[in-house]
Amino acid sequence: MSLLEIAELSKRFGGVVAVDGCSLAVADRSITGLIGPNGSGKTTVFNLVTGFLPRDRGEVRFKSRSIAGLGPDRIYGLGIGRTFQLARIFPRLTALENMLVPVRRAGLRAMLSHGQWRHERERAMEMLEFVEIAHVAGTVGGALSYGQRKLLELAAVMMAAPELVLLDEPAGGVNPALLEKIAEQIRKLNQQGVTFLLVEHNMPFVMNLCDEVVVLHQGKAIANGKPKEVRENPAVLDAYLGT
Amino acid sequence: MKRKALLLLPVAALAVLLPLVAPDPSTTNIAVFTMMYVGLATAWNIMGGYTGYISLGHAAFFGFGAYALGLIMVHLNITPGYGPFFLVPVVGLLTAVLAVGIGWIALRTRAATFVIVTIAFMFMMQLLAENLVKVTGGGGGLGLPYPHDWGGDFFNTPYYYAMLVLAVLGLLTSWWIRRSKFGLGLLAIRDDEDKALAVGVPTRTFKLTAYVISAVLVGMIGAVYAYYVTYIYPQFVVDPLIGISMVLMAFLGGLGTLSGPVIGALLLEPSQLEFAYRFGASRLYLVFYSAIFLIVILLLPRGIVPSVRDLIGRRRTAKGVT
Repeated sequence: MSLLEIAELSKRFGGVVAVDGCSLAVADRSITGLIGPNGSGKTTVFNLVTGFLPRDRGEVRFKSRSIAGLGPDRIYGLGIGRTFQLARIFPRLTALENMLVPVRRAGLRAMLSHGQWRHERERAMEMLEFVEIAHVAGTVGGALSYGQRKLLELAAVMMAAPELVLLDEPAGGVNPALLEKIAEQIRKLNQQGVTFLLVEHNMPFVMNLCDEVVVLHQGKAIANGKPKEVRENPAVLDAYLGT
Repeated sequence: MKRKALLLLPVAALAVLLPLVAPDPSTTNIAVFTMMYVGLATAWNIMGGYTGYISLGHAAFFGFGAYALGLIMVHLNITPGYGPFFLVPVVGLLTAVLAVGIGWIALRTRAATFVIVTIAFMFMMQLLAENLVKVTGGGGGLGLPYPHDWGGDFFNTPYYYAMLVLAVLGLLTSWWIRRSKFGLGLLAIRDDEDKALAVGVPTRTFKLTAYVISAVLVGMIGAVYAYYVTYIYPQFVVDPLIGISMVLMAFLGGLGTLSGPVIGALLLEPSQLEFAYRFGASRLYLVFYSAIFLIVILLLPRGIVPSVRDLIGRRRTAKGVT
């Protein structure tokens, strides 16, 4: 069963067609990779799915419900989290405060009362321990290393227990040791039932981690399947190598 | 926490007992204006300090509050005395309605555009106050009835306590927001608004709520001010300098902190009034304000409270190391 379905999605920026009738599906509890050459429209697809950009045409359905036209906060509230290409955290808040910002289905009471924080704090500390950065819980985000920021961003997104997480280049600018740690955490979270859609240029990372891979070229999905199948697909080779 | 509360106790006692300790009108007059700015800077900080949306037009709400109470008193023939103080929350409600409308439009913009929109809104309010002559009295001003039976040393006292109540209300609101998830959302907006959206913070609702809370407090303070000065003019209540003063005080003390705006107001307002007494009604104090602004920007860009906090933190770390 598909958790996320994208049908005939299109987005144009002036004369540039960034996404051109793109259709793809992300299976429930899968780790799906979205790959393609630079400028193929991967991040634009992310921005369209998460409500950061309005679509020109097409449909986005999450759990069979249309989410096209909703704002990013509403989409997060429905259970779709995302990270950004360059790890984005709140630099003047501590790591723990960064963990407490995410809001999902919160009523007025939760927003204003102080008592409900205790439970959230405990969960935040658990998540920080899970990504192994609990020791910097009291450090402001701006003072963290890039790797710690990456881990903090991932942990914070998980705070509101999203069903689907979109990761934009989780391996970007990360050393091999940390890369393995991130892959391991994604696998663990996936085993707990979280579905991932990730954009990545690091092919060994994608091929080892993903169950399914979708290839984007000039704004269209040109191939999809198991990593091995996709790697041998002539259309994919052509898109990447231009042969 | 307990130590902080103990430290605050003498400050609170002094604030409450001030008119009894120093009842002469010149002192209580300074106290009324100082407390007014403690409230204004604290209220402004709820929006500007927490969300990072710098409004230079909050004087519009101050003027609106002043005229709202003035017009209610004049048109409903309210007897002066303690009664008008109970109308201040009504003025707060009216200011809230105005702030929802203005905020709904202004908060569609960000950064410098937001600043400009708030300035434009303030001048619109000033023009309205000047030109709706039949309603506001225009440039001729609007006179409010004042309590004739309050005289001598006592006259300033009720106004001082009214300003104190509003300042404390502002501080409690600010403290409660800072400790809530709503407050954390506001700080997240200040740091990275798009990222805040991505983690589910309903940024528009949060910003509008902060804007309205901030405006309501400023409007209510404007109402008490009008009752105190008894005669109001567009250029003196919808005055850009009032708007800039509250911003400067919050900057000086420390943007986004609870105590910063209080410290800023306690330092700046008495000094400004001292200047006014020494050099007459000239606006020489503006030179003093400019100098303070320069010093803050060059030496204390984050304000007094964060800078002192950093200094103490560094000293503690250094002690721990050696």
